[in-house]
Amino acid sequence: MSIEAKEEFRPKIVAFCCNWCSYAGADLAGSSRLTYPADVKIIRVPCSCRVNPMFILRAFEKGADGVILCGCHPGDCHYSTGNYYARRRMTLLFSMLDYLGVENGRTRVEWVSAAEGVKFSQTMNEFVEKIYSLGKNVRLGDLRCRN
Amino acid sequence: MQELRARAKELLADGTVARVLGWKAGDLPYNPEPAYFETEEALKDFVYDGFCGANLSKYMIEASKLEGKTLVFLKPCDTYSFNQLLKEHRVDREKAYIIGVGCKGKLDIEKIRKQGIKGIESIEGAQLSDDAEMLTIHTLYGDKTCSYADGMLERCHVCKGKEHKIYDELIGESKDTKDADRFEEVARIEAMSPEEKFAFFQNELSKCIRCNACRNVCPACSCRKCVFDSNKFDSSQKANVDSFEEKMFHVIRAFHVAGRCTDCGECSRVCPQGIPLHLFNRKFIKDIDTFYGEYQAGADPEADSPLTSFTFDDVEPSIVGKRG
Amino acid sequence: MYKIAKENLSALFQMIAGQQELYLPVRTAGQVNFGVWREEAEVDLDTLKSVKSPKDAFFPQSENLYIVQKEGRKLSIVPENLKDRDFVVFGMKACDVQGVQVLDRVFLADPVDTYYAARRKHGTIVAMACHEPEESCFCKVFGTDCAEPVADVAVWMVGENLYWKAMTEKGEKLTASVESLLTSADETDEETVEKEKAAIRTIVEKLPYSHLSLEGWNGEALTEKFNSKIWEELYKPCLACGTCTFVCPTCQCYDIKDYDTGHGIQRYRCWDSCMYSDFTMMAHGNNRTSQMQRFRQRFMHKLVYFPANNDGMYSCVGCGRCVEKCPASLNIVKVIKSFQKQGGEE
Repeated sequence: MSIEAKEEFRPKIVAFCCNWCSYAGADLAGSSRLTYPADVKIIRVPCSCRVNPMFILRAFEKGADGVILCGCHPGDCHYSTGNYYARRRMTLLFSMLDYLGVENGRTRVEWVSAAEGVKFSQTMNEFVEKIYSLGKNVRLGDLRCRN
Repeated sequence: MQELRARAKELLADGTVARVLGWKAGDLPYNPEPAYFETEEALKDFVYDGFCGANLSKYMIEASKLEGKTLVFLKPCDTYSFNQLLKEHRVDREKAYIIGVGCKGKLDIEKIRKQGIKGIESIEGAQLSDDAEMLTIHTLYGDKTCSYADGMLERCHVCKGKEHKIYDELIGESKDTKDADRFEEVARIEAMSPEEKFAFFQNELSKCIRCNACRNVCPACSCRKCVFDSNKFDSSQKANVDSFEEKMFHVIRAFHVAGRCTDCGECSRVCPQGIPLHLFNRKFIKDIDTFYGEYQAGADPEADSPLTSFTFDDVEPSIVGKRG
Repeated sequence: MYKIAKENLSALFQMIAGQQELYLPVRTAGQVNFGVWREEAEVDLDTLKSVKSPKDAFFPQSENLYIVQKEGRKLSIVPENLKDRDFVVFGMKACDVQGVQVLDRVFLADPVDTYYAARRKHGTIVAMACHEPEESCFCKVFGTDCAEPVADVAVWMVGENLYWKAMTEKGEKLTASVESLLTSADETDEETVEKEKAAIRTIVEKLPYSHLSLEGWNGEALTEKFNSKIWEELYKPCLACGTCTFVCPTCQCYDIKDYDTGHGIQRYRCWDSCMYSDFTMMAHGNNRTSQMQRFRQRFMHKLVYFPANNDGMYSCVGCGRCVEKCPASLNIVKVIKSFQKQGGEE
C-alpha cells in the first residue's frame, strides 16, 4: 500500500458567517471553551445575503468539501431583510446542485445568533461529521486545484 | 408576410417609426437574420416565416438608445421577454411600436437535419400562410418530407400560448403548438440517482465550447459587463480547461436569470453543440413555482419577482435534502 | 491503393489505437466532434461536419504551457512536455486539411510555435472525401477539391468498402502498420473510386455557394474595404458571441492566462475570439472598441490581411460551419455577397 492511501481524509470546510450574529456566535463558542473541528475555515461576511451563489461554487472549485452559510435568525437580520433573500437564493442553489448530482449534504444553511455559541459548535460538529461520511468532494472541484 | 411588409411601409411613410426591426431573407432557405430596415426599398428583403425564431426583444435594448421609434415584430413568446426588459428598465416603451405577429411554431434546421436531410435547396410549407402539416424539402439528394411538428424548436412544443402580452397592434393568426409538458424532462432528471444526474450533465456540458452564444442571445442577460467577462475573475470565460468551468458558467448563468427568465428558449436554440440549456432555466422555474407559487416572468410587469421578494414563512434550504 | 470492408473498420481503429493515439469523429450527447478513440466510443463517419473543426488535434482549445510552483521561498517553473507520441487524426475533410495548412502559415512561421510544431510532427492525417457535400459548403471557391483530399492518407467510403491511398511518407508508414487488415485494390476498385470522385464533383457544381466570386478580395483592396459603409449595416445582428470563431478550422487567435490552483500558478493558453470585447485587451484599454470594428476585423483578417501576408492564401477554407452555426445567421458568405451587391463602395 502506498503512503497516500493511508493518509487520513481531512475535509476542507468553508463557513460563511454573518458579522452580526454567527461570527459573534463563533466567538462565544470559543470564549465558552466549546470545541469544533479545525477543518472549518470561517469567512466573515457583512450579511448572509452578501453570499453570492458564485462564492459557494468557487469554494467548491478551489477544493472545499463542504460549505455552510450561517446567518441571523429570520426576523433578526441586522439589515432587517437580508437573510430572507439569502434563504430563497440558497434554496434554489442547493436544489440546483442536487439536480446536478452533487450530494446535498455538502451544503447547508443554519441560523445562529450571537448568543448561540452552543448551537454554533454543535452545528459545526454535525456538519463536519456529515462531510466525513460523504468523503472527498470529487464532483465539483477543479482538477487543476488538486495536489 | 405581405401584410406585415405593407403595414411596416405605412408606418415608415407616415413617420410613426424611424426604422423597422424584423428579419431579412437569407441566402439559404432557412437562415433569415435579424435586421433593421430604414427605407421602403430595403423592406423588399423583409421576411417572416417558420425560420424567424430569433427573439427580437434583445435587440430592442440597443434600439431603445436610438433616435425615434422602432417598429418591432414580436411573436407571442417574445412579448414576455419584452415585458420583462420593460420591468427592468432596459427597454423604453416609448421608443417601441410593437406589432404582435402570428406564430404557428418556429422551425429548427438542426432538427430537420437530424432526420438525415442534407443538401437542402428549398423548403415548402415554412411560410406562415400555408397551413401545411408537412414540410417538403427539396435537396440535392432528392425530395424529402418532414412533419412540421418534428421540425419545430423544442420551445414550441411547450408553447406558452398564442396571446401577446404587450403590443400596439396585432397581425396574423397564431396557433397553439403545445403538445408536451414543460417540466417533464426536468422531472425525469430529478428522478435519477445522483450518479446518473452527474453523468447526464457531465456528458452534455463536456460539449460546451464556451462561445457564450447562450448568454449573448438571452434577453435577460443584459448586463453591460458580464461577470464572466471580468478580468478580475480568474475563472475566465474563454477556456474550457476543466469540466468544472462549464458547470460553474452554466449554473451561474442560469442563476443570474432565475426569476427573470421567461423560458423563451433562445439559449437552447442557438447552442452550436445542441446542449439543452433550458433544462437549467426550467429547473429554477420549477423550483420557484413549487416553493414560492407559480410565476411566469414577463406575464405581468407589475408582479413581484420571486428572487427580489420573500415571505416570512418561506421554506428553509434544508428542504432540498428532505424532499426524498 | 488498398481497401477494407466497412465492417472491419472497428478492427482497423483498434489496431491503430493500439500503436498510437487515434482521434476521429465521435458522437457525444447527440453531437459529432473529434475525440480520442475508445472501445465504447460511438464513431460517426457519416456526419459530414463535426461541430468543432478538428484543429483541436493540433491546436487544442486549451493547453497548459507551464506551472509555477512555490516551495518555501523558492519558485520553480515546470514547462509542459511537448507532444512526443505519434497520433493519427482520421476522417478530416479536405477543407479541414486546408485549415491546417492555414494554421501552418501562422504557427510554423518564424518564431515557430513549438507546441504546435511538435503536434504537427507527430500527427498523421487521414482525410476522407466528402461523399455528400451540403448546401453550406463552399470549399470549391478556395480551390479545394473535396473529392480528393490532399493529406498523408486519403480515404473514400464507397458501397461496402473504404478505399485507402497513402500519399506521403507518413501515410506509407501508417499504411505499413495496418497492412495486415488491408487488401490491395484492383482496377475495378480504382474505377469505383474514380466514379465516386466524379459524382462528388457533379454535386459540388450544383451547390449554391460553389460559384461565389472572391473578386476584389485581396490585399490591395485594404483601405477601400476597411472604410466601406457596408460594415455598419452588416454587423448589426451580430451578438458578439464566439461561435463562428470556435467552430472555424482556421481561427488561430489565443489568449494566455494564469490560473491560481492554490498551490501554484498554471499558465495556459486558450482560443480567443476577436468578437469578444476583451480581445487583445491591454493596459491602456482595447484597440477595437465597437462591435462593428470587431466584426470587421474577423472578415478583413480572413479575406484581406491574411492573403496579403501569405501569398494570396485566404484564411477561410469554405467549410461552412459558421454558415450553419451562427445564432444570428450571419456568415462570411453573406459578407462577401453584400460587397458584391453594393460594389464595395458608397
